[in-house]
Amino acid sequence: MATPLAHRPAPERRRGRTRERLRVLGFLSPWLIGFTVFFGYPLLATVYFSFMHYNQIQAPTFVGLRNWAYVLGRMPLFGPALWNTLWLVVVMVALRVVFGLGIGLLVTKVKTGAGFFRTAFYLPYLAPPVAATVAFVFLLNPGTGPVNEALGALGIPAPNWFNDPAWAKPSLVLLSLWGIGDLMVIFMAALLDVPKEQYEAAELDGAGALARFRYVTWPSITPIVTFAVVTGVVQTMQYYTQALVAGKLASGVSVGPGTVIQPGYPDGSTLTVPQLVYSLGFQNFDTGAACALSLVLFAIAMAVTSLLMRGRAGLLSAED
Amino acid sequence: MTPTTATGPAGHRARSALRWIAVHTTAVAAALFFVLPFVFVLLTSVMSDEQAMSGELWPHEWHWSNYAEVFRTPGFLTWWRNSLLYAGLGTLFTVCSSVPVAYALARFRFRGRRPAMMLVIATMMLPPQVIVIPMYLVWAQQLHLSGSLWPLIVPMAFGDAYAVFLLRQFLLTIPREYLESAKVDGCGELRTLVRIVVPMAKPGIAAVALFQFFFCWNDYFGPQIYAAQNPGAWTLSYGLESFKSAHSVDWNLTMAATLLVMAPVVLVFFFAQKAFVEGVTLTGVKG
Repeated sequence: MATPLAHRPAPERRRGRTRERLRVLGFLSPWLIGFTVFFGYPLLATVYFSFMHYNQIQAPTFVGLRNWAYVLGRMPLFGPALWNTLWLVVVMVALRVVFGLGIGLLVTKVKTGAGFFRTAFYLPYLAPPVAATVAFVFLLNPGTGPVNEALGALGIPAPNWFNDPAWAKPSLVLLSLWGIGDLMVIFMAALLDVPKEQYEAAELDGAGALARFRYVTWPSITPIVTFAVVTGVVQTMQYYTQALVAGKLASGVSVGPGTVIQPGYPDGSTLTVPQLVYSLGFQNFDTGAACALSLVLFAIAMAVTSLLMRGRAGLLSAED
Repeated sequence: MTPTTATGPAGHRARSALRWIAVHTTAVAAALFFVLPFVFVLLTSVMSDEQAMSGELWPHEWHWSNYAEVFRTPGFLTWWRNSLLYAGLGTLFTVCSSVPVAYALARFRFRGRRPAMMLVIATMMLPPQVIVIPMYLVWAQQLHLSGSLWPLIVPMAFGDAYAVFLLRQFLLTIPREYLESAKVDGCGELRTLVRIVVPMAKPGIAAVALFQFFFCWNDYFGPQIYAAQNPGAWTLSYGLESFKSAHSVDWNLTMAATLLVMAPVVLVFFFAQKAFVEGVTLTGVKG
């Protein structure tokens, strides 16, 4: 900020600076309070609880590293949950980026009915995750679902989707590809930003479609691809609702929410780390282990994202 | 477009017609993937109870009364009201609290501006599961407010990292001269914000409001943590799953309920399409 007060006498300048500071604090105060109360405090408390034994009834007692040793060493479900989460991160993010880019490219090439196609591709993204999951569990239901009925009519052997441990995660990937709308819009905007002259120049040089993509399109959209990968990884590390709801509904347990069931149906194949945190903390009331596990999740998320962002500091940086 | 030397104008026309066909065939195939699930869900929602179990695609009779039956289900209207409360108040609170923060981060040059921005981004990356247990314990044990909507709505009054980030990116595009001239005219910062910045930032604010509305409407984790014990505090997104469990064989009613949960989001989108797409692009492109 310019300093129009510079020529004034010192005490007044100091008063001006204090007022300026108070003003900044005033504007920032909602976030400062929110950050302290809803981020800083719980994060510190999570670290504190990770060294405690606490069942939410008796007072917490200090147990040192026992929760950490349990989570990292002896907890039977940690390995599978971590494997599922990383599987989903790799496969889901990769396929989403490729498919989203493909749909984005397609939409920029469509000449007739562009408005219809854009809306059609975009709408599923808006479907609430629970509603979309319920719909897909129905659509892919092996016994009563229309998809297997249609596949059967075509003579294609139909998988058991959410009811088969080998197909449950791919089914979740399919569900997430259906909701690709946000990525499509981002890629579309980036693709339309590529300077037309560069395509024309490349074409004059005799570059085919593939070469044009490789040497013109790709270099100018790589920042957006990186953005999509990083945000995709952050989101997928938190993957929770769809996996939980799909597992519960496909298992056919006709009980309301809040009932303790083994998560990850079928056969633990859809159990993710965030689900395991929930089930440790709110079903087993093992607060200490849940907190330790949630910090492991946080550490992995931070490690993966900072690795991805290395050398691309400008991507999400605080610069203007 | 410049024709290449190898083919004449006729060859070029034929090639571009072929390309048109290829592009539009692919687009139609893709559209089927995105649209058919909606169609199947809609068709099933009006089937009779027996037919909905059969896997058949086309309804023999159209039972539109299924929708009335969904609304008669105990609790459904309460969940509807709770969702509106959560999404409505949540959106209002988020916008009111995030705008001044974003303004300060975009406009004032103060020490700690950069770290503050980094912290905002860091909060966006934190999995909600990491902080939820201590927060739950405070709401449940100290404030005795679990089983209500309060723990979901109150935090919205203290700024949302995503909203702050998006709004700041938007406010940076407002030329400084406008703000400086307002200052010369004797406008205080608060007045500048309300009278000049907010009207100019309407598209950004609209995008944030929409995102927040959708976030609250779609939220499952929050209601699961805080409202689970009390069905009177369930939201639509949360109640839908229990609706399916209670009607374990009634796929038709479940699909009708599913569409009813989706409906407000789709409706809002059609009325505010432009602001929404702009918001998505803004967060994606202007990093």
